[in-house]
Amino acid sequence: MLKLSEVRKILGARVLCCEEILDDVEVKNACGADLLSDVLAFTKEHTLLLTGMTNLQVIRTVEISDLTGVVFVRGKIPREDVLRAAAEKNIPVLLTDHTMYEACGRLYQNGLPGCSRSEGALLNV
Amino acid sequence: MSEPFMDLSFELLAGDFERAGEASSKIKKTLQQIGVSADIVRRVAIGTYEGEMNVIIHSYGGTAKAHIYPEYTVIVLEDAGPGIADIELAVQEGYSTAPDYVRDLGFGAGMGLPNMKSCSDCFEIASKSGAGTKITMRFAHKKA
Repeated sequence: MLKLSEVRKILGARVLCCEEILDDVEVKNACGADLLSDVLAFTKEHTLLLTGMTNLQVIRTVEISDLTGVVFVRGKIPREDVLRAAAEKNIPVLLTDHTMYEACGRLYQNGLPGCSRSEGALLNV
Repeated sequence: MSEPFMDLSFELLAGDFERAGEASSKIKKTLQQIGVSADIVRRVAIGTYEGEMNVIIHSYGGTAKAHIYPEYTVIVLEDAGPGIADIELAVQEGYSTAPDYVRDLGFGAGMGLPNMKSCSDCFEIASKSGAGTKITMRFAHKKA
């Protein structure tokens, strides 16, 4: 378990939304994906999403799936309307220059597990 | 079957990705407000969102309805066509007819219907080519 403020340090990330709550939000798992269908199917609640997608559907997917926040990787800056939607829904948004692989690797190295089914999946299938 | 104590209805427009997920978000909020447990609300929200995306991506437009009973919620997604030619194929994981621009958004991987099925306690799909599609999902508020 990591706090989002720790995630920020580990990834050397900039905060684009909800900086004031980073100390309060705890992350239990992380998921690195561009395929939002996979995010909907395979994440658990309190999961942090790392993604290279920067569209509005990312924020919707985070909201619908009760994820704790989103990290945009490889320095990809989302559009204003995407950040507005995140602010409306109180969804923390971080931005890191690391690539997906490196960002996920750093978090994993710091003890943040993934969402694999063997760890008790959401859907009990 | 007793009467639902709350009915919600939302219009879904074909290709309206800006608003995709609004119906699911409002249904989610309503269920949270009446005290349905977080894991059940999450399953309803994900199942409904997948359904909403399907209507927006594949159909000429339709509706998402939530019928909320004390013990369970029924979600009904109904559209005006063009329908599904082979339902058995459509519910297989990985099968998709979504166009490339939908895949660029992060969807269209052929996970929608299988995910709706696994999120819900009861899943029904009725469709045929040239007609509309109707999907009904039922979610018990307490785990059996």
